[in-house]
Amino acid sequence: MKYLKNVATLAYDPGRCTGCGRCTEVCPHAVFEMQYGKAHITDKDLCMECGACALNCEFGAITVGSGVGCASAIIRSMLTGGEPTCGCGGNAGTSTGCC
Amino acid sequence: MKKLELQPSSPETQAFRGGQKHAGVLSQNPKAVMNALSSFSHQQQPWISGVLNTACGLVPVVSTEWSSAERRGRLRSRISAFRDRYAVRPGLYAVGAPDSSSDIFVSANYKLSFDILRRSLAGMTGWILVLDTKGINVWCAAGKGTFGTAELAKRVLGLNIAGLVTHSRLILPQLGATGVNAAEVRKKTGFTVRFGPVNAKDIPAYVRAGYRATPAMRTIRFTLADRLVLTPMEVNPALRRFPLAALVILAIFGLQPSGIIFKNAWTGGWPFLVLCLTGLLAGTLVTPAFLPVIPFRSFALKGLAAGAAVIAPLVLMTPLGGASPLLDAAAIVLFPLVASYLALQFTGSTTFTTISGVKKELKFWLPVYIAGIAVSLVLIIIHKLESWGLA
Repeated sequence: MKYLKNVATLAYDPGRCTGCGRCTEVCPHAVFEMQYGKAHITDKDLCMECGACALNCEFGAITVGSGVGCASAIIRSMLTGGEPTCGCGGNAGTSTGCC
Repeated sequence: MKKLELQPSSPETQAFRGGQKHAGVLSQNPKAVMNALSSFSHQQQPWISGVLNTACGLVPVVSTEWSSAERRGRLRSRISAFRDRYAVRPGLYAVGAPDSSSDIFVSANYKLSFDILRRSLAGMTGWILVLDTKGINVWCAAGKGTFGTAELAKRVLGLNIAGLVTHSRLILPQLGATGVNAAEVRKKTGFTVRFGPVNAKDIPAYVRAGYRATPAMRTIRFTLADRLVLTPMEVNPALRRFPLAALVILAIFGLQPSGIIFKNAWTGGWPFLVLCLTGLLAGTLVTPAFLPVIPFRSFALKGLAAGAAVIAPLVLMTPLGGASPLLDAAAIVLFPLVASYLALQFTGSTTFTTISGVKKELKFWLPVYIAGIAVSLVLIIIHKLESWGLA
């Protein structure tokens, strides 16, 4: 299953890649594969913007805009102008239970 | 608080007094176990089978079995807000009789995550390091950063894990990578993070293969079962809002120039109640269940398609419609949009949608939803005016 075409904000700079392979280890959608000692994007539309690759790339070769994807959280943030946050996590006892 | 009562010469006491290279099982004696548990003010838990004395202090040994309590807990956390308070105490736990060479598996303190991990470790030995994720599962907590670099480093240093084991491996669930920067953890603690498989059930195979995950173990899927298990938490919150919607519908249908007439409310309103409920289920149940076969990538469109596919035939071919062309049109506009809106909410539970995509969908669809409500209201008002002989 793939989500919308050409929307994922994943950006990759092969010039900075050292071929450590960490991105292929952390990506849950096999967006990266190793080719000739460097990472290579297979299909950007598979990216779900979880941010694991960007956080774990020691060489700053990957950037991706990640964040909470719950629609209700995004609607709230669109109305209030803040960052989207789920009800859950900060205060487990009173959360509304998204994600 | 009772102290441990142990015979001076027993092997348990030897272990308890420490000074040994390998930690031993302190006791399988229920009384001693209970006393030991109360000594770290831990509520007695049936899934704790013993206690180990270790370099990190007393560590509960956990069973790899599930009792009926765990199955009940899983069910309740799948269907209700019970999951928000289904947590275990963060800290160190043992599986089997681990020693200084045993692996350390890191988990979240959502009880269901912890239960799935310990069940997956059946027949193995190891340590479980539970982070304080506020009772949230690994992936969601990683997204928020509570299953994160800082919390992991704090636990590893605070518990002096370096004194517990002679290796420097921490095995994390792969989905924890969203919150944990492996390089940072190494800098802060000296431990090397290895991201294990996505699913805990693959851990034995991962360890046997020399800490290597196959591409299949590294990929998250979203099977019919995965989706269906999530639907109660889509359906239930929506159902809780249904009485309010029902009240509005009945009030509109009961409204007469002379006031709200209950008989009219029911005789005119019941088809809309059924259609509203149908739209609700189309968005929260039908769309998730048939997700891959419903056309379109957009969740709003998927929901709209599923909604239209069930609502339109009901309105056009059953007694739920036919009362008036205006009402039929209102129903066909409104309820597929209800399904669409609810389907869009499901993006928060999927394993493959993006925040950028959801934002893009909302930017387009929120105005459509508002316009749809307005159009159907106008249609209903014209119908009311006509029926009152005012138009």
